[in-house]
Amino acid sequence: MSPLLFWIFVAMMLFFGGMVVLNRNPVASALSLVVCFLALAALFVSLDAYFIGVIQILVYAGAVMVLFLFIIMLLDLKAEVRRRVNLPAMCGGFIVIILFVKVLSDVSYGFEGGDAKFQAISQGPQGDVWHVGMVLFQQYNIALQVVGTLILVASIGVVILSKRELK
Amino acid sequence: MVTLNDYLIASGLLFAIGFAGVLLRRNVIIIFMALELMLNAANLSLIGFSRYNVHDGLPDYNGQVLAFFIITVAAAEVTVGLAIIVALFRARQTTHVEDINTLKF
Repeated sequence: MSPLLFWIFVAMMLFFGGMVVLNRNPVASALSLVVCFLALAALFVSLDAYFIGVIQILVYAGAVMVLFLFIIMLLDLKAEVRRRVNLPAMCGGFIVIILFVKVLSDVSYGFEGGDAKFQAISQGPQGDVWHVGMVLFQQYNIALQVVGTLILVASIGVVILSKRELK
Repeated sequence: MVTLNDYLIASGLLFAIGFAGVLLRRNVIIIFMALELMLNAANLSLIGFSRYNVHDGLPDYNGQVLAFFIITVAAAEVTVGLAIIVALFRARQTTHVEDINTLKF
């Protein structure tokens, strides 16, 4: 992928990610999050991870964000009214974030493997999904079963949580 | 030429944005969306490491499989979390975290 496209998608991702946090209206936040995830999927495709890119769009930008919008509309949330800001908490939050970005830049620029060259790959006639599937179903078969059970447990939990009277 | 560092920095900045959202916002739903941002930032760095670690002309697919598992667990987490938020809203008629302080010391 050309560097120009990379930086365009990174800028889109970070801008709309920032809008998620800055918007006062929850619906606008959710829609910004959709655009952020689309740009992220484009970055995955730029890394030749087509399967994960498609899953990102289907699962996140599709299912998860529809669920978010559905809940926002179900609860009928209005744009948040301004409240008195809790100043010590706000300052503490900013200090933690600034220190975090400082540590992050130190670690990233001191990381010697970080300037690795973008080597060409040849996935052969099978393509991306075939390779991911081979690793997933051979090496990580047990983990896959566990994750399937986890989803089952999660859906049972949601049914129980949404009952009106908990016993 | 885009290097691995560029992807890692992009992922780290996205994580910082999500972190800022969790620390600074007071609406439970927005906090939840910021959590999703942080999970996706982790995914971006995993895919980046996978793509830049080339063996025999193939990227390291372990990273992509881990990202796949993260997406699956995140989807399960979203359903349970939103169910909890709906139950909370039924009990308290609010999504503002400062109104929910029964457990606060």
